[in-house]
Formats: sequence, C-alpha cells, structure tokens
Amino acid sequence: MTLHFRSVEEAGAERIHRLLDLTEHMAAVGRRPNPKVPALRGKTVCNLFFEDSTRTRMSFDLAAKRLSADTMTLAVSSSSVNKGESLRDTVETLDAMGVDAFVVRHRTSGVPWQVAGWTPAAVINAGDGWHAHPTQALLDAYTIRQRRGIANDFSGLKVAVVGDIRHSRVARSTTDILQLLGAEVVHVAPRTLLPPTSDVATTSNFDDVVGDVDVVYMLRMQRERMGEGLVPDGGEYSRRFALDERRASALRPDALLMHPGPMNRGVEMMVDPTELLQSTVLDQVTNGIASRMAVLFELLGSGGIEE
Amino acid sequence: MSHRKQVLGPDDVRRAVTRMAHEVIERNRGVDGVVLLGMQRGGVWLAQLLGSEIARIAATVPIGTIDVSLHRDDIGLRPVSPGTSSDVPVEVQGATVVLVDDVLYTGRTVRAALDAVSDFGRPQAIQLAVLIDRGHRELPIRPDFIGKNLPTSSDEEVEVTPDGVIIIESELST
Amino acid sequence: MMQQHNMVLVGATVIDETGERRADVRVREGTIAEIGSDLSAGDDELVDVTGCIVAPGFVDLHTHLREPGMPEAETIETGSRAAALGGYTAVVAMPNTDPTQDCVEVVEFVSKRGREVGLCDVRPSGSITIGRAGTHLTPFAELAAVGVHIFTDDGLGVQDEGLMRRALEYAGELGVVLAQHCEVASLTKGAVMHEGECCSHLGLPGWPALAEELMVHRDIELSRLTGSPVHLLHLSTARSVEMVRAAKTDGLVVTAEATPHHISLNDERLASFDTRFKVNPPLRTTADIEAVKEGLLDGTIDAIATDHAPHPPVAKDRPLDEAPPGMLGLETALGVARSQLDCSWQHLLGAMSWRPAKIAGIDDRHGRPIAVGESANLAVIDPDSQWEVDPSALASRSRNTPFIGVGLTARIRHTVFEGRIVVRDGKATA
Repeated sequence: MTLHFRSVEEAGAERIHRLLDLTEHMAAVGRRPNPKVPALRGKTVCNLFFEDSTRTRMSFDLAAKRLSADTMTLAVSSSSVNKGESLRDTVETLDAMGVDAFVVRHRTSGVPWQVAGWTPAAVINAGDGWHAHPTQALLDAYTIRQRRGIANDFSGLKVAVVGDIRHSRVARSTTDILQLLGAEVVHVAPRTLLPPTSDVATTSNFDDVVGDVDVVYMLRMQRERMGEGLVPDGGEYSRRFALDERRASALRPDALLMHPGPMNRGVEMMVDPTELLQSTVLDQVTNGIASRMAVLFELLGSGGIEE
Repeated sequence: MSHRKQVLGPDDVRRAVTRMAHEVIERNRGVDGVVLLGMQRGGVWLAQLLGSEIARIAATVPIGTIDVSLHRDDIGLRPVSPGTSSDVPVEVQGATVVLVDDVLYTGRTVRAALDAVSDFGRPQAIQLAVLIDRGHRELPIRPDFIGKNLPTSSDEEVEVTPDGVIIIESELST
Repeated sequence: MMQQHNMVLVGATVIDETGERRADVRVREGTIAEIGSDLSAGDDELVDVTGCIVAPGFVDLHTHLREPGMPEAETIETGSRAAALGGYTAVVAMPNTDPTQDCVEVVEFVSKRGREVGLCDVRPSGSITIGRAGTHLTPFAELAAVGVHIFTDDGLGVQDEGLMRRALEYAGELGVVLAQHCEVASLTKGAVMHEGECCSHLGLPGWPALAEELMVHRDIELSRLTGSPVHLLHLSTARSVEMVRAAKTDGLVVTAEATPHHISLNDERLASFDTRFKVNPPLRTTADIEAVKEGLLDGTIDAIATDHAPHPPVAKDRPLDEAPPGMLGLETALGVARSQLDCSWQHLLGAMSWRPAKIAGIDDRHGRPIAVGESANLAVIDPDSQWEVDPSALASRSRNTPFIGVGLTARIRHTVFEGRIVVRDGKATA
C-alpha cells in the first residue's frame, strides 16, 4: 500500500504528530553549515503543477534537493495542456520515466486522488482546488509551535482564520490541523464566502475577535471574487475584513499574525506585516522547506510507516 | 526463546572505559581540540562516561551527540524515523572528533557518521572509540580505541549497558 | 428480416399487469401463441426457464445512445445490445445527439438504424427546442408524425418560463408528452456534486436541491395552468417527490421517473473523487434516497429509468470539473433496483415495464399483458441469481459504471424481442 500525503484528514493524528517532530529535525539540518543530507539520493521527485505557483514549486524543489533527490518539473497552465491528452495520459507518461513521488497542484479538488490511481508512485498534494493544502497546514502548525514554544498540544489556543474560507484549501487544511492539535478555530468571513455548511464557529465581525485570539490567520482575497458577485466591489471587503492599522494595533502583543502568501496588499492586508512583531510570514516560508523535507523523507526515505 | 549470556559485568565496563580514556589522552597528547560525539542512540551514555573519565584523569572535554539517520545507506530498505538529533556543542572545523559508540558491527553506521560529521565542518581528524567490536565488518572501518573484542555470530545480538554486556542468542528453528 | 424463433418457455412464473401465475408460454411468428400448463414443445424449441420469472420486456424512458455524433462512447448497435442484456425491449433515445434530434431527418436516421440492428425497439425522442438552445420550439407535429411521442431538452432544463408554457400549450393538443430535466442553471454554475455537508467538506462547487425543486414546482404549476401532461426526468430530492405526490393528489397529469443510482448511491461517494460518481442531477443525501425509494414504492414516481450515459475513459479520466456527468445503467438497472426496493416483483416490474410503456406511448406493443395474440416482447428473469458486473462482459462501448465488482441480485436470463431470442443465457445472440 503506497503512502501518500494528500490531506490532513487522510494522514491522521499519529502521522501529523510524527511529521511535526520530523520537521523539527529538518529545520535543524537547515541550520547546519551544509544544509544537505544524502537521505533521498537516487530518488526522483516530479513536480506536476497545473496551476501557476512559483513559490510553492520552488519550496518543494529545494526541499527535494536538500535531501539529495533528483527533481523534474512539469509546469502546465491548463490552456496549454493538449486537450486530446487526458490527465491520465500525462501521469502515465511521466511515470514511465521513473518517478518515486509526484507533487501535484491543480485547480480542481480531488486530482491527487485520481493521480494516485494511475501510478505506483507516492503522491503529495501541493494544493487541489478548494479542498486541501496539507503541507501548508504542516508548516503553519510548526510555525505556531516554534514561535509559541509549545509542543504538539495546542489546547487552549484560539485561532481566527479570516477571509475567503469557501474557496480556500489553506483554510480547510489549516483548520483541520489546528483542530487535530486541540486548538479552537473561528472562521471570520461574510456569509457568501463561507461554505454551504460548516462545523466550525463562524462570525462576520472581525473586530469582535481580533483582540482576543492567539493567532490571526489572514487568507488571500482574490480580486476576481468581487467580479463574481460574492462581495460588493470597492472598499467594503477591506473595511470589514482586512487587517488595517486599527486592527493591527488591537492584536495582543503575544499574538501571531500569519498569512500563507502571496499577499494582496490593499485588499486583505492594509499594513506591512514585516513591520509587525507578531508577523510570522517569513518564518512560514523558511518552515515550508523543512516541513516539505519532512513529508518527502517520510514517504520516500523512511520506507513507509515505522515498525 | 532466547539465550542470554552475560560476558561482561559492570566493573568490567568501568575498567574498559578507564583504559580507553587513558588511550585517548595518550594518543592525542592531551585533550586539546578533542571533542567526543556519542552516536545516537547507543553511544550517548558511553560518551558521557568516557568524557567524565577523561575529565577525572586530565581535563574536561566537550561532549555532544550525532544522529546519523539521514545519512544511512539503507534508507528505503528499513523503516527509520529520526527521533533523536545531533547536538554538536563546538566548532568541528579543525577539531579532533572522537566518535563514540557502544557496538561496532558492519561499520555502516560509522560510515554514515563520518558523512554526518563533515556536514558540520572539516575536522582535523576523526577517531573511533567503541566498547565492543563484534566483528563482521562490511566496510573498511577500524576502531582506534576498543573496550573488548567479542567475536559473535550473525544470529546473535549484543546488548550493552553500564551494567554490562550480554549476548543474546535467538533460538532459530531447529 | 431476422428469422423468428418458435419456442416454448417452460416452468416459469408469469408476472404482468394482470397478476402472477405459473404458466408455460408458447411464442410463434413473433406473437404469443399459447399459454397453459405443461405445454409440450412439439416442433418448437423447448426453453427451460424453471425458477424464472417471465415478464413483459422492460421499457427505458431515458437512454443516451450517443449516435449520431459520439461513436467512441456508444452506438445504436452497442447501446441496443446493452439494453437487450438488461431485459429492455424498448428504449426512448435521448435527443442530445450531434446533430440534435430536432428534425425529421435525424429522428428517422435513429429509428432506421435501430430497426437494422434489431435488438430492441429504439424510439427517438425529440428536443423541446431547436438544438436544445432554449429559444425556439422544435416542430412537434412534424416529429410526432414520424412517431416521436416524448420531447425533452435533457441534459439541460428549459430555463425560460414563458417558452415552457407555450411549449406545453402547443404540445398538449398534439397528444405528445414534454419531459423536463429540472435544473435552474443559474444555481448550478460549475457544480460537480450535491450541495451540502459533503461538498463543503470536499471543497467542491455544489448543486443545491433547490435548483431541481424550483423547476419541478414551476412545471407542475404550468401543467396545472395549461392542462398539458408533463413528465419529470430523474427526480432526485425528497422535496421533488413531495411536490409530485401533491400534484397527483390534485389530479394533475404529472408523471415522474427515478434512476437506479439515485436510489442506491449517496453524495458521500464523491469523497473518493472518482468521476464515475459525477452525475446530473447529482447523487444526493441518504434522506433523499429514502424519499425517492418511498416515491417508487407508493407510485408517486411511476417508473425506473436508467439515464444510461456512456462516456469513454478518456473523457472520464479527467479532473472532476472537466469530466462529463453520467454513468451506464442499462445492464445493471434490474440488479440494482431489485436490491434496493422492498416491494413485490409485480410492483417492481410495473416500474420497469408497463408504466414506462404507457408514458412512452408504446403500450400497444410493450409492457402488454402476457396473453395470446400479444407481441412477444419478454424479459426472462432469474430472480435469485447473485452476480457481479464484469467490465469485459459489458456490451456498452464505455465502462463508466461504479457497479463494477459490486454484488447484485437478479439477472436477465433471456430477452425475447418481437418473438426472437436476442439474449440467451445472459449473452447477446447478435
């Protein structure tokens, strides 16, 4: 049975705990004079990115290289995929080149599951539609752990995730991992940007929570959504849900301000986070390498579940 | 059902470690630039013990640990999960690193340790101290300081603690 | 012209609209020649069907044969064969072909091809609007003159209320039936599955039940206003069933159908992201499934219709938003329906044979009582057969069915079409 890393839910608590601990090791490796280990020498990792994303792709690429794996990248914008070639054909062709793991990003939910049906290689989800982005969740949880000096028990921690929850795989995966670790999560969004049903506490009043929570997690708000009639045009979204000067100063001094990047300045971020002590934005990027190394090592290096 | 045979008692262990401590000091003409690195996991307590003996006889030496799980050559063949880490307290560059492990067997873990140490810098020399050398080398690795040579067969296991050394013979099908 | 088979079916239980009885059935020159007990074969072939049920052949109100236009998915020949293997002696062929069945030429092409293949009665439906574009009415009378009885824009619902009203008024006086694929398009943009807890969890755009229910309500009221009959395709939600029940109580001529997959599979199947579970209307919740089953059991829903929708692997092996909706149905309908509905064989057969025959306007030859002089269109069923779908044995050109490897009960042993054995021992004879 091939092991994959496709969603927090699928991975389960035991693996998540182990991966967080493994991330710690990989972060230590990253601090050495030579931040590279031969652990995955001879393994081939293929980045299959159907959606534009330079940062995540580079992060995975570097993570693989730090473990001495070979990498190859197929970056496809959906319009350039040969319409006659099905997704399956693409996967099977690449698989024939000898791939040990596929890192897949696609604008449609579920593609990493479909891909796994067409290759014996391990599949890592780098973001599927609105559904999941588990490596983001891992690096987010690790960042909180590191900045707060806590281990894997987040009980008592209150987190507000703010923005377009409905269309956000980051919101789903990060909420899943936070709840798995015992944190309390609230989603802050207008009704039109929430999923049809939700088993997480919700509010559309950002000001009610901004000064209370331990973590404020800002989601990227795409300008296109305004064109879809989900929120009115103009400054209304920003007035209600952006992190502006007033809300930034309402943050507790020991609170964390997180954002998965890239930021839409002037939309959900009205202040420069690098000027805020509470910001973890750069840590998140650094931790992205370590957490992706942890996932790659778990799937390709450790030979599966530890005995 | 397994057969357990004690081949060394706690006093034997102490005596061997003391002798090794003298040898380390003699070989390196003192302890300048020497750092002990216990190999995770079995060599960690031994490095502490060796270190405190050296400190008693001559002077304190820095003691650290080295985890080799990311440098092994059998990754993918055996499940492995680094639950331990490397803690290298001083600059490795130009130092004399003494790797410390409880048992030397095939030599593959030591080879991985040589790689792992070089990630931290370029030592002037790397020496190897083991309490037990049980034979069956698969690589050209030899110890500099040995507690005891203990020939074993490959279906035996060797258990080493401060309380002594035990050979465990697993009873394979008759 | 194919050779007739003269045969005696011996040892079965005959079930039709009139009742259930043990009887042997003799078929000669395409019609039922004799019914009795312990009939001797004589010159006719003795077909031992002890333990089986002999029923009128099934009628599918909703099949996509894909010809003309999509031969890689299915052809009239492969689709007819699949139908025969499923016990169907007649199918209503949906009009979303290429070109559309909105003119006499295409309709006659389909009828003629069906006759050439000769494995079941292929009855083309017409579209309600030209090209199913939703703007101009198809010439109903012209198509009715060449035998079309059902008109539908299936695949799409007629969005314009005014147009639908005019269509019903016009069709009403011709004696034809308009059938609706109930879906308010503005509520289902981009949807790939039922809108509910599951889609929220999976991060997939959802198809709210209301999108179906609004049009069900609309067409029931338009039927009330115009006095014309309306048939509702593939009902899938509890509220839709309730509304049809009320409409029938009010005496309106509203008929409805439901598919085997809408009484057996729920929206949680999409958690596997397997595109075989993507259908229109989507798989709904367990509560909806129970309501649809209830509707079939109490007659609110008149018929089981397969919505047989073949798609080749290259089409389904795509991301969920790109994969076309639909699954096969002809060869598994009986097995799935029998395993899901707790009712008598007679009630089940009514839903698969005589009630759809009446809605399709072909009850002169199909779904008939098994009596001397009637056309020999029969399904011989092995009611206790336990079997599994073998993908290599499917007659359809496509393989998009989630019932592969699933255990089913009840299977077609033989199918007799116009007096010829077209399926013998579970295998097509041609």
